[in-house]
Amino acid sequence: MEIRSYPFPDPDDLGVNETYLRLQREEPVSRVRLPYGGEAWIATRYADVKTVMGDPRFVRAPVMDPDRDPPRTMPEVPGISTILSMDPPEHTRLRRILAKAFTARRTAQLRDRAQEIVNDLLDRMEDQGPPADLMDALAMPVAITLISEMLGVPNLDRAQFRAWSDAAVAITAFTVPEIEAAAASLRAYIRDLVEEKRKHPADDMLTVLVTAHDDEDRLSEEELVSFGVTLLIAGHETTGSEIGNFVYTLLARPDKLAEVRADPSLLPTAIEELLRHTKLSGAPAFPRFATVDVELSGVRIAAGEAVFVDGLVANRDPEVFENPDELNFHRPSIPHFAFGHGVHHCIGAPLARMELQVAIATLLKRFPNLRLAGDVAIKKGRLVRGPQTLPVRW
Amino acid sequence: MGKWSLEVDGGTCIGSGMCTAIAPEHFRLEGDTSVPIDPSVDPDDLVVDAAESCPVEAILVRAADGSVVAPQP
Repeated sequence: MEIRSYPFPDPDDLGVNETYLRLQREEPVSRVRLPYGGEAWIATRYADVKTVMGDPRFVRAPVMDPDRDPPRTMPEVPGISTILSMDPPEHTRLRRILAKAFTARRTAQLRDRAQEIVNDLLDRMEDQGPPADLMDALAMPVAITLISEMLGVPNLDRAQFRAWSDAAVAITAFTVPEIEAAAASLRAYIRDLVEEKRKHPADDMLTVLVTAHDDEDRLSEEELVSFGVTLLIAGHETTGSEIGNFVYTLLARPDKLAEVRADPSLLPTAIEELLRHTKLSGAPAFPRFATVDVELSGVRIAAGEAVFVDGLVANRDPEVFENPDELNFHRPSIPHFAFGHGVHHCIGAPLARMELQVAIATLLKRFPNLRLAGDVAIKKGRLVRGPQTLPVRW
Repeated sequence: MGKWSLEVDGGTCIGSGMCTAIAPEHFRLEGDTSVPIDPSVDPDDLVVDAAESCPVEAILVRAADGSVVAPQP
């Protein structure tokens, strides 16, 4: 069996590296070698990806164990655990503290506020006149503003925060010291805010976390800070990038744009299809580890071995999605893994869906002649992919 | 102590796989929808964890007297 170098390079566009698709067809469970920590498995078919993400026989915590020398993309084994590297029951303990704040029901209540934010941003864009960089004018600010307000981060220095966050999700786009310095700055920033919430509790998620630590002993101080950083970054890098990705895809595909312009009620389904089709993920964050021997597509994964999976690769499996590479806004059902599956299913999924719908629907309605005004380059060497800039005219 | 009843609203469930991963002894996925393995169970914190963690609050846990155990409002 051939052992390939992993991660596979990001393509220039928002598609999937062809090697993933060839493996999915010909060698669905195969061996890869990581830059650090040696070899691992990679599984690419939908059914196997679902098993690895959803079956409790696979766990994540060994990524934190330096004695295991886990297969990884960065030189250091992470020293600080986050909710993303935890398993039940520890994971459940943390997740439950904030699960209520992110339910579909609670998120629906934030829709009016999201609409206000989007309206204000688009007013400003219109006032300043074309051309505009849509990443800067709409995509990133709407996502950052909403998650900042939910967390209770006041008067965020957006330029400074963007710089830290951009480096914190890098794998190769910045040097390791730069990435570590950015992560440390973000932790210090949240740590100061936590102290502020202790003195002045407010109706926000950081206060909920502080209360859960101080009064209920449900998480440690370090877990509190990690949770805050994770929510702030994951809460906007992904959604902001996807707003840009989806607008870019629609503007680059006039036939698809015409479909949603002709029938705006199609937009929620179109967004699900764009979530399925867009390869948002760059380099993989970390693998799962089998706790017992497990068979995937006829290949035995031995207890203790690591398996990398990517839901966005599973989203191209022809067993589940007919003509998977085609963007089709009329699929009868779209059971995609853009938000993952299992205990790590994105806690912000309802929020992300709502933001995408409000931002894109409002943008298309207000700018009937919106079009690209230059070349678009997709960022590389990061966990999350999106346009570097998105120049538009109207 | 009396039994608890488990219900999953199939129309609301999005098949996130949350409950089936937290409490695999109580829930399984049929296609893209979760179903209780046994709708009547002995009290177990895991089903509360599952109901409270469900992103769309599709799981309802009731005590023997009909009162809602989870999710809490």
